[in-house]
Parts: sequence; C-alpha cells; structure tokens
Amino acid sequence: MSELTAPVPTTERQASLWSDAFRTMRRRPDVIIATLVLLLVFAMAAFPRLFTDKDPTQCLGREARLRPDTWFTGDHPLGTDAFGCDFAATLVHGTRPTIALALSVIVASVVIGLVLGIYAGYYGGWLDSVISRALDVFVVIPMLMGAILILSLFRGRVSTESLVETIAAPAIALTLFGWMEFCRYTRAATLETKNLDYVIAAKCLGASDRRIMFKHILPNAIVPVTAVVPTTIGGIIVTESALAVLGIGVQPPATSWGVLLSDGTEWAGGGYVYLFAWPLGLLILTVFAFATFGDALRDALDPKLR
Amino acid sequence: MSETVRVIGDTLPGADFNAPLLEVDDLRVEFRVRGQRIPAVRGASFTLEQGRTLAVVGESGSGKSVTSQAIMGILDTPPATITGGAVRLHGVDLLEQSEETRREVRGNHIAIVFQDALSALNPLWSVGFQIGELFRVHRGTSRKDAKLKAVELLDQVGIPDAKNRVGDYPHQFSGGMRQRVMIAMALALDPEVLIADEPTTALDVTVQAQIMRLLKRIQAERNMGLILITHDLGVVADVADEVAVMYAGEVVERAGIRDAFKRPAHPYTKALLRAIPRVDTVGQELEVIRGLPPNPAKLPGGCPFHPRCFAAEDKCATEVPPWIEPAEFHGSRCHFAEEVYTDER
Repeated sequence: MSELTAPVPTTERQASLWSDAFRTMRRRPDVIIATLVLLLVFAMAAFPRLFTDKDPTQCLGREARLRPDTWFTGDHPLGTDAFGCDFAATLVHGTRPTIALALSVIVASVVIGLVLGIYAGYYGGWLDSVISRALDVFVVIPMLMGAILILSLFRGRVSTESLVETIAAPAIALTLFGWMEFCRYTRAATLETKNLDYVIAAKCLGASDRRIMFKHILPNAIVPVTAVVPTTIGGIIVTESALAVLGIGVQPPATSWGVLLSDGTEWAGGGYVYLFAWPLGLLILTVFAFATFGDALRDALDPKLR
Repeated sequence: MSETVRVIGDTLPGADFNAPLLEVDDLRVEFRVRGQRIPAVRGASFTLEQGRTLAVVGESGSGKSVTSQAIMGILDTPPATITGGAVRLHGVDLLEQSEETRREVRGNHIAIVFQDALSALNPLWSVGFQIGELFRVHRGTSRKDAKLKAVELLDQVGIPDAKNRVGDYPHQFSGGMRQRVMIAMALALDPEVLIADEPTTALDVTVQAQIMRLLKRIQAERNMGLILITHDLGVVADVADEVAVMYAGEVVERAGIRDAFKRPAHPYTKALLRAIPRVDTVGQELEVIRGLPPNPAKLPGGCPFHPRCFAAEDKCATEVPPWIEPAEFHGSRCHFAEEVYTDER
C-alpha cells in the first residue's frame, strides 16, 4: 500500500508559555535596556574586580573628598569619599550586599509564600484559616515599619567581613514582611486549579496529595508569582536603603547602596553632591530596570494581553 | 500486556479472588447543603464480573456519576457523605480502607476515563510525561523506560505515529485522540476495573463509535471489568453485557443487555427505549417521557417515578415498590414488574 498520509513533521516543536514570553519580550527595546542594566548590576555584584582595581578599604585621610574632576580618568574616577576611600571601588563593592540581600529576601519570600499558599489552598479548613489570618496580620504592617520593629531588636550587631552576617538580620526582617503577596497569589491559583478535571484525574490515577500539589497545581501558580518577582525585588532594594539611612540595615563598615546613600546625605549639602548622586542614580536605575522587566514579564505571561 | 506479574494482594490486603470483581451493595450518598440533607444515591446495587461490561444508564442527576465517584473515592466530603452500603473489590470493602490504601487502589485496580478529555489532561505537561509519570511514581520505572511504555500504550490505543507524538501537549491532539490518551493513562497500571464516565459525550458521532470500539477491544484483550456510564442507550446496546438503569438515585432495573432491550421490566426503561429515534419510525412523532426528573430534595412518595409513569396506579404513590425478579438475572423495582415484563402493561 502506498503512503497516502502526509508525513508528520517531527522537528517542529510547539512554543511553550515561557519561550513565547521570551520572544515577546525580546522585541521590546525597554526590556533590552532594562536587561542590560540588570546584567551590569549583577556583574558588579558577582565580579567587582572587573570594574575597579582599587581596594575600598585602602583609604588615605589626606585624599578625602577629592571631587571626580578628572572624569573617569586618573587615580579616582569617581573621586573619594569622606574617609579618602576610592568612591568607585566603594560603590562597586557595595553592590554585592545590596543584590545578595534582595535576592535572598525574594527567594525566601517566594518559597515561604508558595508553600504556605499551596497548603492553605489545597487543604482548606483550619489550616487555611490559620495561614490566612496570619497573612492578614502581617499584611497590615507595612514592610518598612515591620522591618524597623524587628531590626531594633537586633541593635548592637557588629558588622564583620562575612557577607552572610552582614545581610542576615535585614534579610530575615524583610522576609518576614515580604512573603504575603506570593502566598496570596499561590493560594488563589491553587483554589482555582484544585477542582479542575485534570487534578481530579491525577487523583483518580493514585497520585499523592503532595504530588498533585507540586506537579499539577504549582506550575499553574508559578506564572502569576513570577510576574511580581522583579517588581518586588526593586521594592526590597528601596526598603533596604531606607533601613540603612535609618542606621539599622546593613551596618558600616560593610557597605551597601543604602549605607552609601546614608553617608552621602551628610555631604551632599556641602558641595559633594556626587557622594549622594552616584549611589542614588545607581539605585534608581536598578529599581527602574527591575520594574520595567517585571511589567514586561507580566504582560508577556498574560495570554489575554497578547 | 505488562511483563511484570503483579500480586494484587500487595496493594489490596485481604483480597479474595472467589468474590466478585466489584460489588456495589446498597450504596447511599447524601449531600448536605445549607443544613439540608439531599440524597443523591439511595441504595445503588450492582455487581461487575471480570471481563464483563456493565452499562449504568440514567438521566442527568440520577446519581450515575456520584456512584462512580464514590467507587473511586473522590467524592468531595463535605458536602457529600456516604451514609451506607459497601463497595467491595475482590471482597474487600473499599469504604472501610485507609486513605493510603484507597490511593493505591486508584489507578492500580480501578481507573476512570472522564467525559471531557481536554480538561482532564494537564495542559502544562506533555502526554508522554503524564503517562510516564504513572510508571515512575507507582512502579519506580526510569524516565527513559517510562517514555517507552508511554509510546507502547499510545500505540495500543491507536494513536498513529505514537513515537513522535509522545512529546506533544494535550492541545495538539484532536478530541478523539485526547480521549484515546485519557484511555491510555487509565490503562497504564493494568487496572481490573475501568470506569468510563460518559466517555463519548464530548465527541462527534463517528469518533464516538471509534472510541467505543477501542474500549470494547481493550476490555476484551485485558479481560477487564468495564463500567460504562452513559445516557446514550444506543451506545449501550453494542458494547455492554449488562445494564443497570438508575432513576432518582437508585437502580430501578438490572438485566442482561438483550433482555433489557427486548423485554424491559420497568416502565422507565420501557419509556426510555421508546424515546430512541429509530429508522423505521421516521416521520412519526417521537415518544417522550412526560415531566422532569424529580428534585432529589423533594422526592415524590412511594415510587419516585410514579408521577411520570404510564403504568402508575394509586398504590405507586404510597408504597415503595419492592425488588421483583420476573426472570433470572432480571430485576426491577416496580410493583408491576411482572406485567411490564410480559408486556401486559
């Protein structure tokens, strides 16, 4: 018998949600710029040596507050700070605690939010009541205020060389007041998904509760959660700066952008605007990049907006 | 079929192989809604033997699906509660088993095929992954072998070019093909009982016939017990060995398929059969059953069918009819079963 059916194409793969989203985002110039900014910031955090060859702890008192008149040339491209440290080096080395803090807070918040949300949504009943009421309690306390409350308990921390010790206290405080949004999204998505036929079908085939939750329900909840992650990271960076300005975030001599901002404010009025403007500019740029990226991601992941 | 010999006692302790495969005995399910107790199933009884097909027919709301959910153990409790009866698989009452045992039973012993295959497949995973998942989780098969098994199964249920389609997602299949995938998933773990809950309702007529033929073939190959839940008597006639007719939450007639079609012993069955359009009645007005199915919250007294029954008499409104067997293996819950059976009514 001759072959009458058309050959089935084997190489062509249907696009998934994520690759579709990626393709949509690749076409937007604002996303490209935001991505470049984020890559730069991440590179600064990961490999500070690529951007400066100076040690930010090598400071000479007589070189204090040199204005960056030489404009990216000379010994101190961005001048020096109040203690005579190279400001470019300080700025670059301050990136790591900032980014590490933001990322650890977001990861912890997402994990806590997802787990609590999925359990609350799937099992319902008293577990849902307990988690939802706890969520309500945390939601009414603004993140900044909550963090201030918690961190004032940790007064007298000494900053050390270790990155973990530098960011642990603010990270815990911010996570404590940062998981609720993810929990809500996950719980809502779980409630919506758990009565779908394919979840019941999975149950009929003998899947355990945990398997249903994490293989069949979670992938549905991931999408709305992912979309808010970048925007939230921006928020966390801002809150961290606010804490540093209040003197209860990352403790000097460890630096973060917040610490630099806090120090810079003292000198900005006295004609040393660059000490304030550089960290502020970098902060605004990064937060803006995260927000743009998050917005675009949400649009790209929402099939209704295509 | 599967090469691994499975010991049924492993996953179902206390199984007795002389007992019938599946026995539903006086099953009662109630829904509690706003303080009201609404009976959805009021004493359903039937028996399924290995290699046989039992059709459960009835109108919407007659309790067919609730019965199948109770057998699977996937009723939402609350609001539903099983208030009585037994579901015995190889003589073991499933209703008394722990949730863990019931989970083992699902998929391994009893599997179900749903009406709407599109929503019953997870859109986020490829069909090969979803079928393979069963082998990986229940049998600890490696990822690669699970995929091979999935291809084999897809091939068995008649999906052309299964090897290349195993990585496709549910939305890339047509309705009939999706239903085949569902059947493949249900068959993956070699269940002894397959429940098909209106498996062809969402499909068009030619595809319906294909799916029914597939189910029949697979049932014969594997010597499974098949429970076919449907409201389409035409589908039943070709495939089933026995039929249980449900009305208002109870089985009102149970018989071999030929007997049920030739000589129904319950007025409801008789009226249903008359309402099927036939080629030799073209141009004539089709008979209908007057009225609507009763509201389960306010069932009429006596026989629940009496307000719509052509054979009803005064005592039907007051006395609950007994189970009468006008012939061997042919029972009916009607005061006049004998007369209806002999066509005197």
